[in-house]
Amino acid sequence: MSQRVIYLDNNATSQVAPEVVAAMLPFFGEKYGNPSSMHTFGGLVAQHVEQARAKMAELLGADPGELIFTSCGTESDNTAIHAALMSHPDKRHVVTTRVEHPAVLNFCQDLARRGYEVTFLPVDRQGRLDMEKVENAIREDTAIVSVMWANNETGVVFPVEEIARLAKAKGAVFHTDAVQAVGKLPINLKDTAIDMLSLSGHKLHAPKGVGVLYVRKGTRFVPYIKGGHQEHGRRAGTENVPYIVGIGKAAELAAANMQEENSKVRRLRDKLEDGLLAMEATMVNGDREQRLPNTCSVSFEYVEGESILLGLSDLGVCASSGSACTSGSLEPSHVLRAMGVPFTAAHGSIRFSLSVYNTEDEIDFVLEHMPPIIERLRAISPFWAKAKKEGLLAAACQPPGYVEP
Amino acid sequence: MWEYTDKVKKYFTEPVNVGEIDNPDGVGEVGSLACGDALKLTFKMGEDGRIADAKFQTFGCASAIASSSVLTELIKGKTLEEAAKLTNKDIADFLGGLPKEKMHCSVMGEEALRAAIADFRGEKVQEHDEGEVVCQCFGVTDKEIERVAKANDLHTVEEITNYTKAGGGCESCHEDIQQILDRIWAEEGAKPKIEVKPPTQRKLTNIQKMKLIEETLEREVRPALKADGGDIELIDIDGDKVLVSLRGTCSSCAASQATLSQFVQTKLREFVTEDLVVEEVKP
Repeated sequence: MSQRVIYLDNNATSQVAPEVVAAMLPFFGEKYGNPSSMHTFGGLVAQHVEQARAKMAELLGADPGELIFTSCGTESDNTAIHAALMSHPDKRHVVTTRVEHPAVLNFCQDLARRGYEVTFLPVDRQGRLDMEKVENAIREDTAIVSVMWANNETGVVFPVEEIARLAKAKGAVFHTDAVQAVGKLPINLKDTAIDMLSLSGHKLHAPKGVGVLYVRKGTRFVPYIKGGHQEHGRRAGTENVPYIVGIGKAAELAAANMQEENSKVRRLRDKLEDGLLAMEATMVNGDREQRLPNTCSVSFEYVEGESILLGLSDLGVCASSGSACTSGSLEPSHVLRAMGVPFTAAHGSIRFSLSVYNTEDEIDFVLEHMPPIIERLRAISPFWAKAKKEGLLAAACQPPGYVEP
Repeated sequence: MWEYTDKVKKYFTEPVNVGEIDNPDGVGEVGSLACGDALKLTFKMGEDGRIADAKFQTFGCASAIASSSVLTELIKGKTLEEAAKLTNKDIADFLGGLPKEKMHCSVMGEEALRAAIADFRGEKVQEHDEGEVVCQCFGVTDKEIERVAKANDLHTVEEITNYTKAGGGCESCHEDIQQILDRIWAEEGAKPKIEVKPPTQRKLTNIQKMKLIEETLEREVRPALKADGGDIELIDIDGDKVLVSLRGTCSSCAASQATLSQFVQTKLREFVTEDLVVEEVKP
């Protein structure tokens, strides 16, 4: 692994910022006190935990007291839905979408098996929600509506602030999995009706193993992990101090870099995307307007994603795919299937997700090396020559009429 | 990340025999775009009755491409009869093994070969084995599951999914797959060849004991004796006493006593019950 790495998989995880590492180090060393201790040695550490909380609150436009540190995004998601259900035992209906991250989707599928009624909202061919359907799905007995802020695979951004208002109007709690949105989109929770929000450290240049759950003041809450009185009794377990300090630093950097993320990263992403789309039989998955600035999901028709990834990986380029062979199951990603992406394209989908650390050089490198990889695989594919000969290309590129799933 | 062997990587990055043969003698097409992998195999017979050339086109992951390429290498120069004996295991073994979740790539190779041979022989080419479709998501039939399970000694639904993809979609057929496995292994279990259970705690009826002794002699003892030009005959069973008679070279062999006590008795005790005593009777 001596060759250089071009990391375009930031929606999977991101590089820990050097500033974050530096901020964390003392808490692995001399500053090892327990923030719950009565002595000054521990109390000083507690101050750093509170500083981190304040920095994160600043990034989210929240009150520091509204934030709970957790172990990861998944814990935050599970805790939020659990809390809403436990504190509204009379309400046994949940609304979510078919394109959620497994942290929400699988939790809700489990609820459905345990007697709760769950509405999984469909999305259209561009990965968007139909707001009328959203509104109609929320009922008197809906305990919680959970809709992700931005989709991890396509980058499509959902109108969560509007959905939060719809939920509030019907007395339901609104939660959003904002793991992909925080640090990439400006967020000001004070101006919204969002009751709960989940985020994860390692998606914003903090390390893996730390997350945050925002719980709006006044929202009924029941802890998921029970034990000590940490986090004001809302999340037991001794605080993971170095990582909390790390996520605080990352929040500070994200607030500072947001502008850059929205200009430099977007420009590089667009350059990459335009370059890839110049190739034959390619298409973007997801709404190109309402989208994260760093994400690009492109399908290369008639070839299979894992083969493409392996070709890229040999060149040191890291990306991911929604193809069956890479999804861990035997079917393409649930997101692309929910969008009705045709099989010709779903199996050949590649997601590139950028960060502030990417350079123009890297994008040029990918654009130079991608065409030979695709051409080689298409030359092996039995469908490519056939599609070209029979002129199926144009037809296949047209999104088929979206069928209600 | 998949743990591919260097051989898989080599045949993925530098596959041999890519393409399609003009006017092929046999064509086998399996898989589909929807399934996520597909293979088109074409071959040409030589004057000498051997496969002179074979080419492939594959849509799929690295292991599917490598498996296809290896398939063409393996069948070249073989007669159809020889080629027909090729299994998915040969493909996987040639590649130094495949990740278990990727075994279906080697099965796809075997199926394309079967389809191509059937095509050459003018048999009705069928996309899948006859039988009923069990897995609707990937169109896998009960016959196919049965064949692959037996050929690869598969006992769990997960293994079936790894090898055939069946059950890898909506998962609603898992119970059906389990039933097929229960059935075929119950049937196989009834056959003597895998009746290798420890005999100790088992209380056999007389009939069972007699049957097992006969089977064990037939399967474990006679072939070994025959290899040396001898043979054995079961004369009678009296309680735990097994009376046998030796034939051929065994009967005049000075070491026959040793043969009996050490070999036959050991085998019978291993496969039937530990209480057996073997005695030789003269014919």
